[in-house]
Amino acid sequence: MSWFKRIKEGITTSTKEKKETPEGLWHKCSSCKHIVPSKDHASRMYVCEKCGYHDRINSQEYFEMLLDEDQDAIELNENLSSADPLNFVDTKKYTDRNKDSQKKTGLKDAIRTVAGKIHGEGVVIACMDFTFIGGSMGSVVGEKISRAIDYCLENKLPLIIISKSGGARMMEAAYSLMQMAKTSAKLTRLADAGLPYISLLTDPTTGGVTASYAMLGDLNISEPGALIGFAGPRVVKETIGKDLPKGFQTAEFVLEHGFLDFIVDRRELKLKLGQVLGMLKS
Amino acid sequence: MNFLDFEKPIADLIEQIEKQKAIGEKSKVDVSVAVRQLELKLAETRKNLYSDLTPWQRVQLSRHPDRPYTLAYIDAITDKNFVELFGDRTVKDDKAIVGGLGSIDGQTVMFIGQQKGTTTKQRQFRNFGMANPEGYRKALRLMKMAEKFNKPVVTLIDTPGAFPGLEAEERGQGEAIARNLFEMARLKVPIICIIIGEGASGGALGIGIGDKVLMLENTWYSVISPESCSSILWRSWDYKEKAAEVLKLTADDMLKQKLIDGIIKEPIGGAHTQPEQMFKIVKHEILKHLKELKKETPKELVDKRIDKFCAMGVVVE
Ligand SMILES: [Zn+2]
Repeated sequence: MSWFKRIKEGITTSTKEKKETPEGLWHKCSSCKHIVPSKDHASRMYVCEKCGYHDRINSQEYFEMLLDEDQDAIELNENLSSADPLNFVDTKKYTDRNKDSQKKTGLKDAIRTVAGKIHGEGVVIACMDFTFIGGSMGSVVGEKISRAIDYCLENKLPLIIISKSGGARMMEAAYSLMQMAKTSAKLTRLADAGLPYISLLTDPTTGGVTASYAMLGDLNISEPGALIGFAGPRVVKETIGKDLPKGFQTAEFVLEHGFLDFIVDRRELKLKLGQVLGMLKS
Repeated sequence: MNFLDFEKPIADLIEQIEKQKAIGEKSKVDVSVAVRQLELKLAETRKNLYSDLTPWQRVQLSRHPDRPYTLAYIDAITDKNFVELFGDRTVKDDKAIVGGLGSIDGQTVMFIGQQKGTTTKQRQFRNFGMANPEGYRKALRLMKMAEKFNKPVVTLIDTPGAFPGLEAEERGQGEAIARNLFEMARLKVPIICIIIGEGASGGALGIGIGDKVLMLENTWYSVISPESCSSILWRSWDYKEKAAEVLKLTADDMLKQKLIDGIIKEPIGGAHTQPEQMFKIVKHEILKHLKELKKETPKELVDKRIDKFCAMGVVVE
């Protein structure tokens, strides 16, 4: 994580604090209840050593995990934030919702974009944060992806997007819907330039994110057990009026139906990405 | 004729006119003066009522049971010079999305649109206009065919959403919509998209990437329906009117947000009151835009289309 401190002091505090609090000393697996010291859990990339359950993690952890430590990495457009063009108010003002979320997470919005290296291969990684309003996609997510693609085009770099989202951000209404169009349209330019795009769908990836950039990778890959779908499981259950089959909408289910290239254990993610990127290089 | 709750004053006046006429018939009394007065009042009432509709009332009009659906538009616009094409060449033919080759004033156009039903049986047959992945894939197949033969594409959008079913998930609803967004963005022929009823979320957008995206006056287009928005944000179904307001989903709002390219006026009272007039207006709009779009090279079309969608959204640096 050294690279990251160099480019942005302070933004790592939320992770650091979490790791140092007393209640954070031990980690209990939410699947098999296996208990390990949090430090060990973190060193295993938040994967349970006993059952292999993959915890949800944030952009910070993915960046630290994937990017080469001895290489410079830069965060792109880190200050972009939401504008509330509709003056949206439901039970709460959208501007307040945003501020609260920014305070709570130390993030500006639900995605961060970084240019760096994976096993020596130059790459741009866009990674979503579920902790920020459910990883919802609004104008900022769309714009940051769009600019990340511009950066890829200028510097001839491949793109990796790590999705983790409940879908479009309702508080930006049609603006958020159009981010599906925007990101998909922009991806055609990356494709036309012959630059690779790898989409990593992590737990959970649903709604408008699944129905746009997350499903448009040259490679669509995922982590074990991740929930991936268009309609959420509750909505599907209401539609069919009965219980859903076991394993419905898991990464394994989606792979079986032909929509994923492979599922990769997080502990082998960096290696596999480096391998694929190396092979695709012209 | 079916009337919506807020149309009651109109329904009452029409009933009164009918009654007067019936009395005139029966008792051979001249009622023409009374009828004319009522008709003037009706016109006045209509004008006032429809000039100041709330967003929720527009949503209601967009779902009016008498409103014309896609095939009615296509039949009228092409003067029935239309060959419907079926199937996605992979799984099946989706009845919720129709498409085919039509001729407008001698020009061949590929028409694609969601189709709703008019009777209970038809509504089920059409799955209420909610497409499965094969519907989106059929649409894409037809668009690629249009591209191959250099024919423009016109899509007519009217859906309460993509179908959230079990098989839809198995067959990749998300991938099907995503693929359409991607391929439509770079299709090398003109695309005109017209929202003729409901424009619900990704299900609508899945055939909604065009050089010109137009909304009929009494339609809505947003990321979610007012009902679902109410249930999610207010945790109750009772805030649909409020949700319709805050979502800014009317044609006027969408144009102000620069998320669509234009609005097509409807006859007073909505498309269903004078469908033939409505078809004529839509046909005129299609011809007008096609003429303009045909002046552009494929590269210009695609570049402009992509740039337009990439400019959507508002952020703070
Ligand atoms: Zn475990």
